[in-house]
Amino acid sequence: MDLDDTPEQAAYRAQVRSWLDQHKHEAPVIKGPGAIEDEHEIIAARRAWQGKLAEGGLAGVTWPKEYGGQGLGPIEQVICNQEIGRAKVPGILDAIGVGMLGPTIIAHGSEEQRSRYLAPLLHGDEVWCQLFSEPAAGSDLAAVQTRARQQDDGSWRLSGQKVWTTNAQFASYGLLLARTDPDVPKHKGMTMFVVPMDADGVTVRGLRQISGEAEFNEVFFDDVALDEGAVVGGLGNGWGTGLTTLMFERVTIGLGSEGMGYNSTRFAGAIAADADARRDPEVRHRLGEVASELLAVRFTGYRTLTALQKGQIPGPESGLAKVTIVAGAIKAGDLIADVVGPDALDEDSEWAYMISFLPGLKSAGGTEEILKNTVGERVLGLPPEPRLDKGIPFSELRSKEGAPA
Amino acid sequence: MNLALSDEQVFLREAARGALSRFKTLEAAREALDTPQGGTGGNDSALPDLWPTAKEAGWPGLLIDEAHGGAGLDAFDAMLVLGECGRVLAGIPLLGHLPATAILGDAPRVAEYLPDLASGERRAAYLPSQPPSDVHAEWSSDPAQGMARAPLPTGSGPDANGEVKLTGGYAFVPDAPGANALVGVALVDGKPTGVVIMADATGVEVEPVRRYDATRSLGNVTLKDAAATVLDAPEESLAAAWYLAQALIAAESLGSVETALDVSVAYAKERFTFGRAIGSYQAVKHGLTEVLRQLENGRSLLYYAGWARAGAPAEFPLAASAARSVASNALDTAARTMISVHGGIGATWEHDAPLYFRRAQLSRRLLGGTGASTDRVAGELIAQADAA
Repeated sequence: MDLDDTPEQAAYRAQVRSWLDQHKHEAPVIKGPGAIEDEHEIIAARRAWQGKLAEGGLAGVTWPKEYGGQGLGPIEQVICNQEIGRAKVPGILDAIGVGMLGPTIIAHGSEEQRSRYLAPLLHGDEVWCQLFSEPAAGSDLAAVQTRARQQDDGSWRLSGQKVWTTNAQFASYGLLLARTDPDVPKHKGMTMFVVPMDADGVTVRGLRQISGEAEFNEVFFDDVALDEGAVVGGLGNGWGTGLTTLMFERVTIGLGSEGMGYNSTRFAGAIAADADARRDPEVRHRLGEVASELLAVRFTGYRTLTALQKGQIPGPESGLAKVTIVAGAIKAGDLIADVVGPDALDEDSEWAYMISFLPGLKSAGGTEEILKNTVGERVLGLPPEPRLDKGIPFSELRSKEGAPA
Repeated sequence: MNLALSDEQVFLREAARGALSRFKTLEAAREALDTPQGGTGGNDSALPDLWPTAKEAGWPGLLIDEAHGGAGLDAFDAMLVLGECGRVLAGIPLLGHLPATAILGDAPRVAEYLPDLASGERRAAYLPSQPPSDVHAEWSSDPAQGMARAPLPTGSGPDANGEVKLTGGYAFVPDAPGANALVGVALVDGKPTGVVIMADATGVEVEPVRRYDATRSLGNVTLKDAAATVLDAPEESLAAAWYLAQALIAAESLGSVETALDVSVAYAKERFTFGRAIGSYQAVKHGLTEVLRQLENGRSLLYYAGWARAGAPAEFPLAASAARSVASNALDTAARTMISVHGGIGATWEHDAPLYFRRAQLSRRLLGGTGASTDRVAGELIAQADAA
């Protein structure tokens, strides 16, 4: 049992570190003194930096070499992330594209799609966004209503709405899950598409959250034309293709939990700074409980890495770490606000944003309830809740729910 | 990065599970609650004597080096065995014995004791002695009643043979009844010092304590000018024994959580209400998933503690305290969930759930109590923040 690199991993780490030592002065400053202020300039600088990381082999570490990647494993990806963090430079801008959407295209796309889209995605020349969730399709993702209708010439017309779309405001392309056949059961009638975000009829609108910032977007599609080659993974196979994306999402979350900044060291620092709080039994108890669980998540991450190293893919149980992180960070934010007082809620406090962000994070990547259902059923083997939608054509379901199909 | 069991560790765990499966430990645990407190050797008549099994498997010597007849293994291996004991509520006096052997192994002066302790011919018990923290400057022991920490026994002026007369006491000492040697910390000339006391020496009284959980052997140790031998173990070793005990009770607790969860899940699949298995209801399913979440967190912290004892000793207090805190809470949750998933039957004498509940409630209050380990996590992190 150890936390050390193998000789091969140590060599890879040294190689990444040496590249970063040589190039980190080229990285944009996006936080702290001297940071770029204009939002558009930040995005432009981060895209350029992603291109440099890709040239240096620090983006798409797990991608096959033929698509510009390094053909390495998840452990090397983690080492690369750790070294980027250590060098205090920004990572890739399009983490969703490189981590989840590109790999989906590699797995299910046509050769034409791979050669057209992958290289610009990896280099940050074209940012991608994930167009899955809808106002009425979140936990029940297979309930998507965005409709694609095939035309006589084989092309498609797309209408509907997506939501919670990160990076849509500057994305070039989106990977979209649409209903193509409402007359079959819902999991069967969906298809995945590549959608150019600059197409006529695409409208992106920022969605402000509790913090006041708009990190996500709503995206509207009003009779958007897509050509025949926009289908990814085959007609009617959208659910299976989407599951691939979600599997890559799980791997990304499993590897990246520490990076969210919700860790025991940071929270303890805030308490240690207050001479009374640090000796107060109640404060200490609350800190101890939260910190113990967050420490556990760190080592759960190491257990996940060990499993990945052995070629195992993280299962649904990794959702539990997310539940712990979010619940722990919520309790920590509450504790810190009790200790600091109302100032913790000021706009310029480092805690205000976290406190406002967390209630929404509870539902991100699957609500806590749906995560617990999945773990209960897939890990503990408990029977599923009875379903009223099995085997019923989507159009009939919709009319039962009192809405037009 | 390698945070997984080795083949040897898997074998150790499977062998322990196999050895313990030969005994009806749960039936005995229930029966022992109705039997008067035990005979000599600390064993209630209703409980199987599992020490011969432990001896045969080499568990008493797990932490003693090979040169002195032990297996020379580390804390994580011991934690695996304790986890198996916890699964079936087996009353084997390892929680007391193993931390005691860890201290003695660091004290060359008494190395001649080790072979008999390694073979299990003789048995030691650790006298829980809590190291100071950032808010409590003194070493302390568990009080016989109430919340205030008790002072450690005291003595003065060791003689030329390293002998000292101690007066004072330690309450709720795991596995003290029937132990041959008692090992802990006392204040000798005001200085925290490792000591070993022979249980049959004049002035030593070990009074078995009536227990809520009959499988947990406990004793109150009273010393009146009792002869003790001063140990040459360093103070870090004395502190590490406390954290080792925390890690061991954490491992034992998580073993109990595993069984409580397995039994509850099995029942939730077979018990039907309103035409479907109760495990299909979210309220039940989420309750069981919460137990799994706490169990997985506890397991991760066992790896942390198991790795840190040798790999990062400065972090061992944090790791072991966090493991204890999470494991203790997990067992409380698991035992209560076990009872409620089973409905009324889960609260009856015939069911196993009350046995796990009793184990949970008593364990939480031993070895300083769960709250102290939670507080220690805060203290260690505050110290880390100060140093950063």
